[in-house]
Amino acid sequence: MTEAVISVRELTMAYGSRLIQQDVSFDVMRGDIFVIMGGSGCGKSTLLKHLLGLLEPAKGEIVYGEQNFTRSGPGERQKLRQNWGITYQSGGLISAMSLADNVALPLEQYSNYSKADIRDIVALKLALVGLDGYQEFLPAEISGGMRKRAALARAIALDPDILFFDEPSAGLDPISSRRLDDLILQLKESTGASVVMVTHELPSIFAIANNAIYLDADSKRMIESGNPSWMREHSEHAVVRQFLNRAAEQAAAGGDS
Amino acid sequence: MSESATASLSADDQLLIAGDWSAAVLPTLDSLFTTLLETEGPLKVDVTSVTVWDPRLEAKLLHLQRLAYAGQRQLELLGTPDSQTQLFKLATAVAPYAGTAATSSGLFTLKNLRSTLADIGDDLLESLEFLGATTSAVLRTLLGRSGMRRREFIESLAQAGPQAMGIITLTSVLVGMILAYLGAAQLQQFGAAVFVADLVAIGMLREMGALMTAIVMAGRTGAAYAAQLSTMQTNEEIDAITTLGINPLEFLVVPRMLALLLMMPLLVVYADALGIVGGAVVAGGMGVTPLQYISQLDSAITITHFLVGVVKGLIFALLIAIAGCRAGMNAGRNSEAVGRATTEAVVTAVVYLIVADAAINILCQLLGI
Repeated sequence: MTEAVISVRELTMAYGSRLIQQDVSFDVMRGDIFVIMGGSGCGKSTLLKHLLGLLEPAKGEIVYGEQNFTRSGPGERQKLRQNWGITYQSGGLISAMSLADNVALPLEQYSNYSKADIRDIVALKLALVGLDGYQEFLPAEISGGMRKRAALARAIALDPDILFFDEPSAGLDPISSRRLDDLILQLKESTGASVVMVTHELPSIFAIANNAIYLDADSKRMIESGNPSWMREHSEHAVVRQFLNRAAEQAAAGGDS
Repeated sequence: MSESATASLSADDQLLIAGDWSAAVLPTLDSLFTTLLETEGPLKVDVTSVTVWDPRLEAKLLHLQRLAYAGQRQLELLGTPDSQTQLFKLATAVAPYAGTAATSSGLFTLKNLRSTLADIGDDLLESLEFLGATTSAVLRTLLGRSGMRRREFIESLAQAGPQAMGIITLTSVLVGMILAYLGAAQLQQFGAAVFVADLVAIGMLREMGALMTAIVMAGRTGAAYAAQLSTMQTNEEIDAITTLGINPLEFLVVPRMLALLLMMPLLVVYADALGIVGGAVVAGGMGVTPLQYISQLDSAITITHFLVGVVKGLIFALLIAIAGCRAGMNAGRNSEAVGRATTEAVVTAVVYLIVADAAINILCQLLGI
């Protein structure tokens, strides 16, 4: 039986008095590739920031496994976060540190490995994303696609249970973005991690997601959840079908090229 | 030539608009709109005889549509060409947003003194909060339980110390010379030119050495801190640090603050020495021999003057670091925020510096130091 790794209960998000989304509820099951989708400005990234504890909910709660994250103190939250890997929209690599130092950061923070071990693990993680040999480069010295992959290497440094991605393939060309999708899929299969992803890159959704929710910007509610292929055919909301059918066309067009 | 633009209300309450609307002078429609809105039933506007369309007419019609919408009336446009119908459809597809922008900054509005003072109060409170959080981070660092990296600290030291020496050299020598000129012109009238040494020495040690160094460092290092940290905020680096379980205050703010606290007193001493040298050059020009200057210095320089300057340097360093780091850490998440944070850092720091300097001087006066 699969269990929920993340349960979101009637989450209401707001910036001050500006409501972003209300009463969002969903479960992410173990092993899911879970996609948060929706049009621009619907609150996808905001929802992710809530899941990460970077923003506090106006109402509702977020539960990880058995632990109520929303009601947890900083120490307990940090314990949970050790099991997460996160890549941010702009990568989130520390610009003043080399790629090796960036990838080593979570290892130094949470593990008891020796310096030499950490160096080896860093080389392994960088090799997994195809960046071995780039250890001493600064994030500014490599391309956008490489930065995303380096961020991925840092995210998987501690073999996390849950991987979070904020727009992983945004700003990449179709081939690089497809390659990143494949990489995420392979890493997920080899580590068994659950994946939570924010995206409006439509081909990605069909390529890799098995579960998804759709946030609507106008009604400020989550209007659909389920498997994206199912949603595309059977959603009672025209906007969801439109969104996903457009996705299918793009995916098909991407496949031809 | 087509006929000129006209607009009139027909007997059956239709607004007839006709002619060439690209002319420089157009009939006013507002009063006609008002009359039209007073009629019953749907608002009818006949534009069949418009020969030349113009954005001004289109905008007026959109305005009428908004008025009709507000009054829950129907607007019927008769005889619009296809292109205009399209345009109108586009413009009316989305109702105007009723809310206001989050930050509507009125240009050139004179804020009253009260709200300015309230702003300063809020700002001070925020700074105190930031100081509190940072102090606890500094304490954790001193206890060796902190996320501060040695490399970050060493880089900050280099940036706040040796790399600043060039510009500090220039400003301190010049300030020493300025003090000497200022004093010499007055003292020569009494034949007391030799006392220029006292003036320069006490002036540099107690006041100008620390203050000028602080102002240069606020513009140089405080602004750099704000720019670095706000760029990291924009790049989601601070989010990444937080979720990696590292306290961003310990990781980013503490090394910068400690570096400035360590370097500022040294820079102040350096500035004092160079200022006195600068003063000697001017004094030499006024006929004071180096020997006279030095022997005069010997009586003028006391450990108290020296310490007042160094303590000021420490306090100023703290203020610069707080202003710079706070502006950077609290910056928004776009590139405009980086510029804003830098400006805020420098302005806040300079205000803090001058207020603090005045306060310290008053305190010294009261305590007789």
